[in-house]
Amino acid sequence: MDAIILQILNGLDKGSAYALIALGLTLIFGTLGVVNFAHGALFMIGAFCAVTLNKLLNLSVETVDPTRTDFLGNPLKVKTPYVENWFGPEFGHAIIDWSVPLAILFSIPIMIAIGFIMERGLIKHFYRRPHADQILVTFGLAIVLQELIKHYYGANPIQTPAPDAFRGSFDFGAMLGFDPNTIIYPYWRMIYFAFAAVIIGGVFAFLQFTTFGMVVRAGMADRETVGLLGINIDKRFTIMFGLAAAVAGLAGVMYAPINSPNYHMGMDFLVLSFVVVVVGGMGSLPGAVLAGFLLGILESFASMNEIKSILPGIDQIIIYVAAIIILLTRPRGLMGRKGVMED
Amino acid sequence: MLGLNKKDATLLGVVAVLVIFAPFILNPFPQDSAMAQFNAGYPDLMQRFVIFGIFAIGFNILFGLTGYLSFGHAAFLGVGSYSAVWMFKLLSMNVIPAILLAMVVSGLFALLIGFISLRRTGIYFSILTLAFAEMSFRLAYSVLTPITNGETGLQLTLEDPRILGQTATETGGIPVTSLFGMEMRETATMYFGGWSFQFNNGYYMCGVILLLAFYISIRIFRSPFGMMLRAVKSNQQRMNYTGLNTRPYTLAAFVISGMYAGLAGGLMASMDPLAGAERMQWTASGEVVLMTILGGAGTLIGPVLGAGFIKYFENIFSKINESVLHSWFHALPDGLENALIWIAEHFVGSGWHLTLGLLFMLVVTFLPGGLVEGGQRIGRLFSRKKQADKKTATQSTPAE
Repeated sequence: MDAIILQILNGLDKGSAYALIALGLTLIFGTLGVVNFAHGALFMIGAFCAVTLNKLLNLSVETVDPTRTDFLGNPLKVKTPYVENWFGPEFGHAIIDWSVPLAILFSIPIMIAIGFIMERGLIKHFYRRPHADQILVTFGLAIVLQELIKHYYGANPIQTPAPDAFRGSFDFGAMLGFDPNTIIYPYWRMIYFAFAAVIIGGVFAFLQFTTFGMVVRAGMADRETVGLLGINIDKRFTIMFGLAAAVAGLAGVMYAPINSPNYHMGMDFLVLSFVVVVVGGMGSLPGAVLAGFLLGILESFASMNEIKSILPGIDQIIIYVAAIIILLTRPRGLMGRKGVMED
Repeated sequence: MLGLNKKDATLLGVVAVLVIFAPFILNPFPQDSAMAQFNAGYPDLMQRFVIFGIFAIGFNILFGLTGYLSFGHAAFLGVGSYSAVWMFKLLSMNVIPAILLAMVVSGLFALLIGFISLRRTGIYFSILTLAFAEMSFRLAYSVLTPITNGETGLQLTLEDPRILGQTATETGGIPVTSLFGMEMRETATMYFGGWSFQFNNGYYMCGVILLLAFYISIRIFRSPFGMMLRAVKSNQQRMNYTGLNTRPYTLAAFVISGMYAGLAGGLMASMDPLAGAERMQWTASGEVVLMTILGGAGTLIGPVLGAGFIKYFENIFSKINESVLHSWFHALPDGLENALIWIAEHFVGSGWHLTLGLLFMLVVTFLPGGLVEGGQRIGRLFSRKKQADKKTATQSTPAE
């Protein structure tokens, strides 16, 4: 029992990342009808926003401390980050410590701007082209973004720590009445799940309860009619693209402490999140979220030792096996609508 | 000639001439000159040109004709490589059985994957092939280690039980791959003034196979079967409504292109007898998509051009480093020199993929027909008949 709960918990954080990326992909697909292979790169750029802010805050000035000496007897050189000089040591240190949550604020405008530029500069020209062309051009864009990041940040993963307060683990087992230390779960992963839930809820609420969201949903259902009613639907769809980019970016920012960002993390997630989108059903937002969590949990169950001993290697391929089975039995995915992507 | 019309026969002839004289054509600069780094006429690279050419020709039979975009073709190449290396380990160092087995195994593999994947179309098909390829890659990396030797990759060892052939040579080394005694790695070098031209057995064998593969692809393009595949691309639904089952045709195309990929994998192993799982990764599948699109999908010569183009520039660009750039720009004032180098640095050396990505975006955006369409446009620009022919059909080769 405790093992099962543990695996569900383990699956949630990866599932959250899948769900967030898949949600963004589906938003773009549902509104603009574009298959965006560069979405994984947006996720990666989000993670590197966290890295950048962390580095910026750690910019230090070097001063000589005459009261202390190093082991050779020379005066010791001390590095103090600028923020500690400006805001005082305690507050400055806290800012650096909380760089990842702060990066959320830092990344939103950046991601929205990138989304706008991408949509207006490139993707706009591909609405009337076949899906294969859209896949190919965004695939090219993904390579470009990835290589730029690699050029400036290097090929190695960069550690980006979570705030000190969240670095420990939470003993779930003790709370639910199991033996202590049977189910322990890092705080940051819990936060990641909660964060993902908030974002997903926010996006759904935005689409469901605001006038803007209503117009967008109407546009997803029938773009032409909405246009004929005198509504500038293109502008709203551009904003939705920015929003989807921001969702992917935020997923990346918060993922940075879980897995040190490197330049190819976007591609790694992209393949999986496309599988997620297709399993959930192209164009279905709830389907994308559901499939994201489902596949995340499935993956963590498959990596249990008991299951691996029966079916060796299953943890590596379970997602693909599940995707193949679902696609063959439910051709439109779990919650796909009729007539989407069937040309 | 050979059942080809005049235009196709000319095309085949041109390709044959290019393949035969490639060691000369690709080595235009004397050995010691500053431009020697642009030479591509050494065996290793030329072999890669033709092998990836074969791979791309095969991919084009599926994508160019039927429009099914497979993102998992590298799996067949990997399977071909593995089976060829096993043939070298178990049977003999002759490349013929290895290549045959590679084609058969990858064909069976393609039959299985194609049978399942082709039940769906469009992006669902792409994702299914991608899923199968990633599965094969990951299995080859982890559980199938007894067959694939995992991360290290499958290699020949000194303990291989080679039934028709010796386990080790008299000098105690691992025997080399050969075609009935003709060693694949053997290279004859011809010196001519400052130039040196290299003629490699392996390259010429690959070249002959490329010509054969190219010929078969022309025949497929011009056959009723090819016509059927094109019909599938333009409107599969209508085909189904006329009471025709398109599945056998698409499946045949899928298996044929899988066998081409297996052939390429087998040749790769024949030139250098090792096989690694990374050949099956989805980025490798993406590469052949890039080659085909860059050259011109649906055209005969396009994939070969694209493969040569990408492999050439990959090799040349990644060799250029900062000191080479300094030697190029040293005549300029310092400030300008540094600025230019700062810009150029992004695109050369390890930044080659950036160039490739940009180039690819430009091609997809402005030249959907690839290099072939670019060539046709330039050709039209210069041809005198431009005005007269403008209205009549000048766009000939693309399938759609």
